[in-house]
Amino acid sequence: MAMGKKSNTGAAASAEAQGGIDYTGKKIGMWLFLFTELLFFGGMFLLYSVFRSQYPVEFHAAAQEENLLLGSINTTVLLTSSFTIAVAIAAIRKGSKVLSLYMQTATIIFGICFLIIKYFEWSAKIAKGIYPDSPALLDRGKGDNLFFGLYYVMTGIHGIHVLIGIIVIAIMFVYTRRGVIDRDSFAKLENTGLYWHFVDIVWIYLFPLFYLIT
Amino acid sequence: MRMDRDTSQESTAGYVHYARIWAALVALLLMTIAVGRFSLLANYSVLGSLSIATVKAGLVLIYFMHLRHEGRVVKGMLLLAVAALFFIIALTFVDVWYR
Repeated sequence: MAMGKKSNTGAAASAEAQGGIDYTGKKIGMWLFLFTELLFFGGMFLLYSVFRSQYPVEFHAAAQEENLLLGSINTTVLLTSSFTIAVAIAAIRKGSKVLSLYMQTATIIFGICFLIIKYFEWSAKIAKGIYPDSPALLDRGKGDNLFFGLYYVMTGIHGIHVLIGIIVIAIMFVYTRRGVIDRDSFAKLENTGLYWHFVDIVWIYLFPLFYLIT
Repeated sequence: MRMDRDTSQESTAGYVHYARIWAALVALLLMTIAVGRFSLLANYSVLGSLSIATVKAGLVLIYFMHLRHEGRVVKGMLLLAVAALFFIIALTFVDVWYR
């Protein structure tokens, strides 16, 4: 028993000493999680594709009701936030703690901007009576109901992912300030970056599907 | 000893390089708006918009997520996940179209 314990500790110490093994494991774990997320969002994209092929005219008309300006601004905001988190990671790897903290803060601000714009978009639609199961929407037929139902579910779940990302980046900000994340130990921040970029990629596909394909 | 530094490769890309990728992403966004909203490609606007989206996603994956510095394991797993999604969508469409 004592021997087993000793050998386990030895193996762990050896992995730590090599650094790279531990680092690779952390990264692979995050990528695996992202693949489950890909298939999770993939199911919703599948639903969208099938219903769009069945109700092309209705989806065409409904997409024109979307606010292209707000959608485009939000896309720019999210693309820019991907840039800032990438710089935040590069900065910590180069040992520039202050720049990394500024860039993490910028990413959080961009994330909050995205959610505020989304709030205004949803509010404008709800004010028009367009929300799941609303009397105005139920009068408009299946295609419109499916389009806006998918719009609320997909942008809503994406928005929750943005919110979770903001919270995680805020935690990384605290870790970076306290020195838990530094130029020798940055896997937490890098994995947070991977998650944030994934959320950006999901939006890259949501944007044309809901705002552009008319 | 805490060490996350990957000694096998140095993927600390320069900030200017990231700025260039960001500029390319914004340029592609403007292109996708032109293609999608103003029907520049007429009947091919769906294909055009999704192709541009895929190029954008590729830029984020390769440069921002450092996929080009990853080993075969991560690249292989990504291929498997994307292929699984592709087959799920393709098989569903076979059912929808030929039912």
